[in-house]
Amino acid sequence: MTLTVPALRARAARRRRHRPLSVRLAAAFLLVVAGTGLLAPLLAPHSPDTTSLVNALAPPGTPGHWLGTDSTGRDVLTRVMYGARLSLLAPLGVVLLSAALGITTGLVAARAGGRVDAVLSRCMDIVFAFPSLLLAMIAVAVFGPGLAAPVCALAVSYAPFLGRIVRSVALQEGARPYMEAYRVMGFGELWVTLRHLLPNVAPVLIAQGTLSFGYALVDLASLSYLGLGVRPPDADWGSMISQAQSAILQGAPWSGIVPGLAVLLTVVSVNVIGEHVGGSISGRGKEET
Amino acid sequence: MLVRETTTRDALAVEGLGLTIGTREGALPLLADVTVRVGRGETVGLVGESGSGKTLTARTALGMLPRGARATGRVTAAGLDVLAAGRTDLRDLRRTRVSMVFQDPRAAINPLRRVGDHLTEGLRAAGTPRREAARRAVDLLDQVGIDDPAGAMRRHPHQFSGGMLQRIMIAGALATEPELLLADEPTTALDVTTQAEVVGVLRALQRSHGTGLLFVTHDLDLAAAVCDRIYVMYAGRIVEEADSASFAVAPAHPYTRALLDASPSVHGDQGPLRAIGGRPRSLAEAPSGCSFRDRCPRADHDCALGVPATRPHGTSHVACLRPEQVKP
Repeated sequence: MTLTVPALRARAARRRRHRPLSVRLAAAFLLVVAGTGLLAPLLAPHSPDTTSLVNALAPPGTPGHWLGTDSTGRDVLTRVMYGARLSLLAPLGVVLLSAALGITTGLVAARAGGRVDAVLSRCMDIVFAFPSLLLAMIAVAVFGPGLAAPVCALAVSYAPFLGRIVRSVALQEGARPYMEAYRVMGFGELWVTLRHLLPNVAPVLIAQGTLSFGYALVDLASLSYLGLGVRPPDADWGSMISQAQSAILQGAPWSGIVPGLAVLLTVVSVNVIGEHVGGSISGRGKEET
Repeated sequence: MLVRETTTRDALAVEGLGLTIGTREGALPLLADVTVRVGRGETVGLVGESGSGKTLTARTALGMLPRGARATGRVTAAGLDVLAAGRTDLRDLRRTRVSMVFQDPRAAINPLRRVGDHLTEGLRAAGTPRREAARRAVDLLDQVGIDDPAGAMRRHPHQFSGGMLQRIMIAGALATEPELLLADEPTTALDVTTQAEVVGVLRALQRSHGTGLLFVTHDLDLAAAVCDRIYVMYAGRIVEEADSASFAVAPAHPYTRALLDASPSVHGDQGPLRAIGGRPRSLAEAPSGCSFRDRCPRADHDCALGVPATRPHGTSHVACLRPEQVKP
């Protein structure tokens, strides 16, 4: 069947219709957040670090400060926009790093088998048993504040999630006859693994990766809230919530609610998309044939 | 066992191959004294029941032994002593000089890659430039009877029927112009009508490329129709080697006879099918002496004394003490 252009369009349209409204809303929201983060210097009405005690704790709706100001008079909208940068980039770093670690561990464990598999699997179990936040806090205690240490620590503690999935899918997929067929064609173990096995593992990876992104965002926000992540005055949603504590007691909750909502909606959006990707993978092929 | 004048190098020469696998209970024999020869451009059948060691023998030609297996004897594929060869030599052998076609084409191809990627992968790895490899692949697709070969290169395996996909696999197997092609039940997973076409394509290409073909199957009629010579395997041993012409009409070994009686035919008299009593044995559980002894209607005391030597019988070579008792 050679697809003509109208047929291709029809198929693309059919696919679009398969996407529920929630997924489209989630994607749109994430795009907006990422876009404003990226273009913050152009879009933001104020500088993120300019304090103005005269305007402190201005309520939302104040002209010039549509989402209000915090206890030092910084514009909440501006800081949420700037905060999107670190709040999205850092979890992305966690996901990419943990994916690299998890894929390597999972693939090596599945392909080597035997003792190597046993050792790697037990290592993953041990990391699994370690609370990820605790690990991140230890990393900060050892390596000092800043984002690098907690990002690496979280990546390590998330790696077993991916590693286990990669291992089990790779075991399953590795037993399929085509793996053997490529070996018969004279391709080495590494080539077969990377070129033929990994792409077949990838869809599951993408689904799990999206979910980890949400976890990482929340964990990093928690760390920032504890004052262990982003160093002030850099904006980050978690640290914004943390700094809003006193304002909340003074009856001005908006400087905490806005970044809180940003965290909540972003995580929900990412998870909705992750669920959708995971779901369409389990039904893979049904719509294609 | 068999003495033949070999003027040219054989595509495959398996001589006295024995295979044992180490288990917790000790060494388990899988193959014993297997001798198979495939000349260049020749088609040789390897038939037998499931578990008789057909596939194992074919895979040994590639040096693909099961984990923990030990081989004795001599296997020469496309001039390479496979059992003694190192990893790089084996890899080179598999890439360029020996290919294999599998039973289920859909299972033997990476479902995510395009057909073109599959076909050119081997050539590209052997150092052929991209354009040249693509040109060769399109040419081969044309030869195996795929319509619009250039378009087929861009499609995925699931867009083809089983028969078409098996043709593509054959094209892929022949892409590197191998000396030897191992076909492991290449038509078992296909419809009967597609089966004939695929076998036709396989034969035509094999002839025109001068490739030696080892055709592993349990379909006796198909083997008789396709092959020049046929080896019959039972319980890890070769029990008969026959010209395909004499194979169907004058089986020499009681097992061959029993196999033929057990396979249905739409032609000729519709006699009742006779299943072979007992169940197929592996070499490890076969009785002493002749492996077929416990299921053979002709067996006698002396069959238990030792493994019968292979000897000429008519146009065949047979490992049986009393092949003459087999009715022609």
